[in-house]
Amino acid sequence: MSADQEQRTIRCLVAKVGLDGHDRGAHVISRAFRDAGFEVIYSGLHRAPEEIVQATVQEDVDVLGISILSGAHDTLVPEIIDGLEEYDAFEDTLILVGGIIPDDDEAELKELGVSEVFGPGASMEQMVEYVRENVPEKE
Amino acid sequence: MSDLIDELLAGKHRALARVITKIEDRRSGHRDLVSQLHQHTGNADVIGVTGSPGSGKSTLVDKMAATYRDRGLTVGVIAIDPSSPFTGGAVLGDRIRMGSNIGDMDVFFRSMSARGSLGGLSTATTDAVKALDAFGKDKIIIETVGAGQNEIDIVKTADTVMVLVPPGSGDDVQMLKAGILEIGDIFVVNKADLDGANRTVQELREMLDYSDGAILQSSGHHGAGSMEGTDGLQIEAESEGWDPEIIETIAQRGEGVDEVLDTLDSHATYLDDSGERERQARTRYAEEIRTLVREDVNDLMAEELDHRGGMDAYLDDVVTRETDPYTVADELVGPLADCVRDRRKE
Repeated sequence: MSADQEQRTIRCLVAKVGLDGHDRGAHVISRAFRDAGFEVIYSGLHRAPEEIVQATVQEDVDVLGISILSGAHDTLVPEIIDGLEEYDAFEDTLILVGGIIPDDDEAELKELGVSEVFGPGASMEQMVEYVRENVPEKE
Repeated sequence: MSDLIDELLAGKHRALARVITKIEDRRSGHRDLVSQLHQHTGNADVIGVTGSPGSGKSTLVDKMAATYRDRGLTVGVIAIDPSSPFTGGAVLGDRIRMGSNIGDMDVFFRSMSARGSLGGLSTATTDAVKALDAFGKDKIIIETVGAGQNEIDIVKTADTVMVLVPPGSGDDVQMLKAGILEIGDIFVVNKADLDGANRTVQELREMLDYSDGAILQSSGHHGAGSMEGTDGLQIEAESEGWDPEIIETIAQRGEGVDEVLDTLDSHATYLDDSGERERQARTRYAEEIRTLVREDVNDLMAEELDHRGGMDAYLDDVVTRETDPYTVADELVGPLADCVRDRRKE
């Protein structure tokens, strides 16, 4: 096979930030994304926002999925977004948040640049579909 | 296009990341990028790290990177994980172990997947190494599971190859079978605090002595278990070639990491002094050119095959015994050969 054949693959970072040890959801989503043919980089637990920024920038992922169940999204998500802006990685990264997010906060997060928030009850198909449809076209 | 290269050369992380993405995707225009990079390369030491799953590669690489940073050097890491042959998807988990370099942008860590059955992984790796090299990284580490020919091809793109052997990883035969003895410049028995570490060191030492063609020496002066000894460094003086070193580490606690780096340094010095580095580079470039030529010709012929109505038309004739594969190949390649030979005469 040719080395010149274009092989566009969707790359995702599934990230756990802050002091939140609930990673079942992150694992399940990592697997669902993998089975959908995506390349998934899992951050591991208890990551600092700067680590997530570092990983997003270096891995050049198309999608950053942040899983937060600790309620600290109002602090952590803006920190990550600031970091991404600093490294010019905000514009072409699709940012998703998963977890327990109150409606008011959801609006606020979307204001900041989060594309979609997935709460309890969101299905895998729904998420995979959303990613496929909204993945940014990288120049 | 070359804006991206300018940004990369200026040290912009995002540009480096994007260039590697283009290389991985084999995106149109990536060849121009890589050829522009070439003149800026040749300054980094490239280290290949391989070993069986669970031997501690990622943990050791993490500690190595941190120690290099302590020594004031910058590091690039390319970690390669397998991908599913069915969906092409992959979970790339090596990053989880990079806990010693939190937020340190001067350790550039990139996960790559084998991207299914499509070839070209070693080409992509070589090109990604060039990007890191041109970016100005002092040390570049390629990390891959040592499971087969593919991986061996990848680590062969490194200047120095390090093989991790976990304790108790089987008898002598296993080691021979794996074919890893020939490619390793440095062997690391990681998790050296586990039972069987001494024995593994001993077995490795014996195997390496055999493969040297030497009569097995009694292993008195550099016997197993001499953790504190710096004896690793003096053995190579005996012959002009490089005698593979064996080092014990406990990567999780960072033990032995300094020794690993020192040995890597002395291997680098050996490469320079013996002229081996240049020889290696020439072999590598020759291989690279051959691969590219092969692929380009392949593409050209695939195009020609399409133009003539695709493979199926030929298959029908081959199946009904009207023609045979050799004749078909001649028919396809013949015109190309004529064309090239005619040109040569002019």
